[in-house]
Amino acid sequence: MAEIIQGRTGAWEAVIGLEIHAQIISRAKLFSGAATTFGAEPNTQVSTVDAAFPGMLPVINRHCVEQAVKTGLGLNAEINLVSVFDRKNYFYADLPPGYQISQYSRPIVGKGKLVLDMPDGSSREIGITRLHLEQDAGKSLHDQHPTLTYVDLNRAGVALMEIVSEPDLRSAEEAGAYIRKLRSILRYLGTCDGNMEEGSLRCDCNVSVRRPGGALGTRCEIKNVNSIRFVMQAIEHEARRQIELIEEGGTVEQETRLFDAAKGVTRPMRFKEQAHDYRYFPDPDLLPLTLDQDWVEALRRALPELPDAKKARFIADYKLSPYDAGVLVGEQASADYFETVAKGRDPKLAANWVMVELYGVLNRLSLGIERSPVSAEALGGLVDLILDGTISGRLAKDVFAAMVETGKGAAAIVEERGLKQVTDSGAIEGVIDSVLAAQADKVAEYRAGKEKLFGFFIGQVMKATQGKANPALLNDLLRKKLAG
Amino acid sequence: MALDKATVARIAILARIKLPRSEQEHLARELSAILGWIEQLAEVDTAGVEPMSSVVAMRLPMREDEVTDGDCRDKILANAPAAAHGFFTVPKVVE
Amino acid sequence: MGALTDLTIAEARDGLAAKQFSAREMTEAYIAAMAAARPLNAFLVETPERALVMAAASDARIARGAALPMEGMPLAIKDLFCTEGVLTTAGSRILERFMPPYESTVTAKLWQAGAVMLGKVNMDEFAMGSSTVTCAHGPVESPWRRPGDNRPLVPGGSSGGSAAAVAARAAIAATGTDTGGSIRQPASFCGIVGLKPTYGRCSRWGIVAFASSLDQAGPMTRSVRDAAIMLKAMAGHDPKDSTSAPQPVPDFEAALTGDIRGLRIGIPREYRLDGMPGEIEALWQRGIEWIKDAGAKPVEISLKLTKYALPAYYIIAPAEASSNLARYDGVRFGLRVPGQSLDEMYENTRAAGFGAEVRRRILIGTYVLSAGYYDAYYLKAQRLRTLIARDFAAAFERCDALLTPTAPSAAFAIGEKQDDPIAMYLNDVFTVPVNLAGLPGLSVPAGLSRDGLPLGLQVIGRAFDEATVLRVGGIIERAAAFTAKPAFPAGGG
Repeated sequence: MAEIIQGRTGAWEAVIGLEIHAQIISRAKLFSGAATTFGAEPNTQVSTVDAAFPGMLPVINRHCVEQAVKTGLGLNAEINLVSVFDRKNYFYADLPPGYQISQYSRPIVGKGKLVLDMPDGSSREIGITRLHLEQDAGKSLHDQHPTLTYVDLNRAGVALMEIVSEPDLRSAEEAGAYIRKLRSILRYLGTCDGNMEEGSLRCDCNVSVRRPGGALGTRCEIKNVNSIRFVMQAIEHEARRQIELIEEGGTVEQETRLFDAAKGVTRPMRFKEQAHDYRYFPDPDLLPLTLDQDWVEALRRALPELPDAKKARFIADYKLSPYDAGVLVGEQASADYFETVAKGRDPKLAANWVMVELYGVLNRLSLGIERSPVSAEALGGLVDLILDGTISGRLAKDVFAAMVETGKGAAAIVEERGLKQVTDSGAIEGVIDSVLAAQADKVAEYRAGKEKLFGFFIGQVMKATQGKANPALLNDLLRKKLAG
Repeated sequence: MALDKATVARIAILARIKLPRSEQEHLARELSAILGWIEQLAEVDTAGVEPMSSVVAMRLPMREDEVTDGDCRDKILANAPAAAHGFFTVPKVVE
Repeated sequence: MGALTDLTIAEARDGLAAKQFSAREMTEAYIAAMAAARPLNAFLVETPERALVMAAASDARIARGAALPMEGMPLAIKDLFCTEGVLTTAGSRILERFMPPYESTVTAKLWQAGAVMLGKVNMDEFAMGSSTVTCAHGPVESPWRRPGDNRPLVPGGSSGGSAAAVAARAAIAATGTDTGGSIRQPASFCGIVGLKPTYGRCSRWGIVAFASSLDQAGPMTRSVRDAAIMLKAMAGHDPKDSTSAPQPVPDFEAALTGDIRGLRIGIPREYRLDGMPGEIEALWQRGIEWIKDAGAKPVEISLKLTKYALPAYYIIAPAEASSNLARYDGVRFGLRVPGQSLDEMYENTRAAGFGAEVRRRILIGTYVLSAGYYDAYYLKAQRLRTLIARDFAAAFERCDALLTPTAPSAAFAIGEKQDDPIAMYLNDVFTVPVNLAGLPGLSVPAGLSRDGLPLGLQVIGRAFDEATVLRVGGIIERAAAFTAKPAFPAGGG
């Protein structure tokens, strides 16, 4: 979906690659035994290793390695059985050793791919260049004191996966879809919680512009953008900025920029690492990381069903549309919820109830599906009542609202409120007769050809039965009566 | 490879060691002499030789994912030249 | 029996066991000797109170019949080892006032083995040097003097404080560290025994890093047997050091059988350097005769890349050091010199905190890793390292240990070679290849120079075969019968 941006001098397109830093879910840090919990008091989750005290040495956390390999497998990527930890050398207040332990020339995961599901139902494959393990830095707080920066090392040393995409993305929308999809896969795998507000997923965007299909332009890197919305805004703005700059006769400088969320613009970073000479070299405190093929295969066998496979299965087994299937598999929890509701029931009806009524309520209440006031089993119970004709679809919506309100089951609410559908044709016929009798003029109009009055009569009967008349039965009987 | 003053100044910045202009020339000479001596390595043909970064003939050992450290802020801050409210402090950085 | 401070570890162990004296008496004798040795500037920190507490604990264990292998042995600890609650500076201004909240694995093991801490000893700043002159706290003087010449001599380095303290009878033994010769060369200069174990034998955890792929801690003692006893206490796998070897620690003392019959001892022909003093060559020749007399077989071997080891080392070690020393930035510990900005604070702190030699090596290391030079320097040196290790591996197919001189000269005067870094670096020409290959090396005092100064011979072994190295060293020691004593303390010499 190459999006064309119209400039003053003609058409342009953006070329975008993303570097996602995903915090690995683990109890302890990558190279130290300090905890990783978010939101602790400053410097309380710091060991002498994290603070780079003299003589302190790194020892790698096996679980973090496993998480990286699982993620690589989830991205259909090559797993490198030998990878190397390098030191990336630069000075900064929240980088205690003066280097970050990262993987430069030999990452743990090589080339992979990720499939984007676009809103129009189409899909597009985006290349993954690599995934490597590295340490997070600490946090610098610049706004706590007029002349000082405060440094908190709680995050220093937490395990990150840097996941680098090929420059295959062509629009802000695609970038957004890429992050959503990646986040979904990470959550399915349980390797990253994907929480951008807490910084467990952060994004650097490489953006350049070119004439459609032309030679690549000079790219700028927008560092540390922390929401999908901001990523999209930042890319949008940066592409526009570059186009305007070039069209005014300027040239794009390769530089690092920051996104100012308040103003919606990118600006050059003022603090610059000298000439970016990181002097990478293999960390002599560590040895090459070697994995056994058998171990990797065992992890592969233990992988959960991932969104793409689940989506395909939903389409095949439940005959859902690609769009519906795509929406439902976005989160493991919603896919599980749907499957519970759909089990032994009409899957399309189940999908409809989950995606329309349930999502509507969750949205209104700002709740995740994990905290849904109506359990999947309870919603299944409601669907059962619709399917066996106990209540009509219309009444079911009221019942659902009552379920959300009271937490009670569908059957109990139907019982309590006497909402059971009337399926006795004699009873319905009686009501029809009295409605038609009271509306003799309308009946005449109908019979004269004003057939759209049919709905009016339905409404009148429903009103008289408090909506409990079985719609199909009513439909049938009414048609017969009117046909007279 | 003879180092010029500009190169010495550049690496001093990379290494974050203040180097007065007056010392650049002396240091450039000294470092050039050392590098010149080092460059005798060029006499050895190392084509196709794997670089050795460790002599250790074993696999990288791994530890279990357990919290065994941290929660010792006083210890971490005790040696700090400057700290406030549980943070290390440094001259203000403008990002 | 002479002075308590003249005893070796093995002798003192016997004396303590026989209740001829107490650990407290021995520690008191050393505390006095340490105080008397202050003119040498070997000790940076004296910890007499702690020593007496530890000695009392030793006496209690001895009384219970539960004496430990290093029970009551008063040690000097190189200032590169972090000691909990005791100032640790690595001989640098940049770590002034640094109180580690932890104890290095090696020193912790020594205390667990019953040893007594006398204090911390001086060293070349960050272990970068071969003279113990590049210290923030002033140079260490060797206890030795050339007869009839009172000019102070260097003790060698970087473990010069350790060597001086042991030679001057101000400590029964000391810990050292050796990155390119820093245990063996000062041992040779001061007439003591110094052992650099196989890389990975002793944990590096808690030792201030110089060059991580080369650094190794080891014992500095007055006899080969003492080195064997002390190494056993220092060595062992440490899960906190990823490069520590999960190897069993043998009883090195039991390896001192005095029998080297049938061993093949390699004599590397490339160690005959042009311009090497004749007395070094002669000493080496005597060593070859001694091992022959003991029934071993000298084998001429070739380590053809010997001359390239030193320049390769002077790429690898500074490169690693430039990164290892980046943590000294004035933020979390040590010196801070204020500046207007963060970068200015860094630059001021590091300019004031590091001495000239450390600055020089950081700059060299930064340069050889920088963009455009990495391949030509750093990778080239790493490839050389592979070839050098292969040379040793090939040699060890033909022999069981190697015998070489430890250093190309005896000790020199303080102030000599100071303005010529390369001349200083050449001190380590025989020791550096051993570090590059990660092998064990032992220096044993073997004779005196024409000037009456100690000279050592080096025994090099296969990886993790310190036992053979010590066994051969024991033969050299016995044959050399080195009994010369330094001018200090008075009464020696």
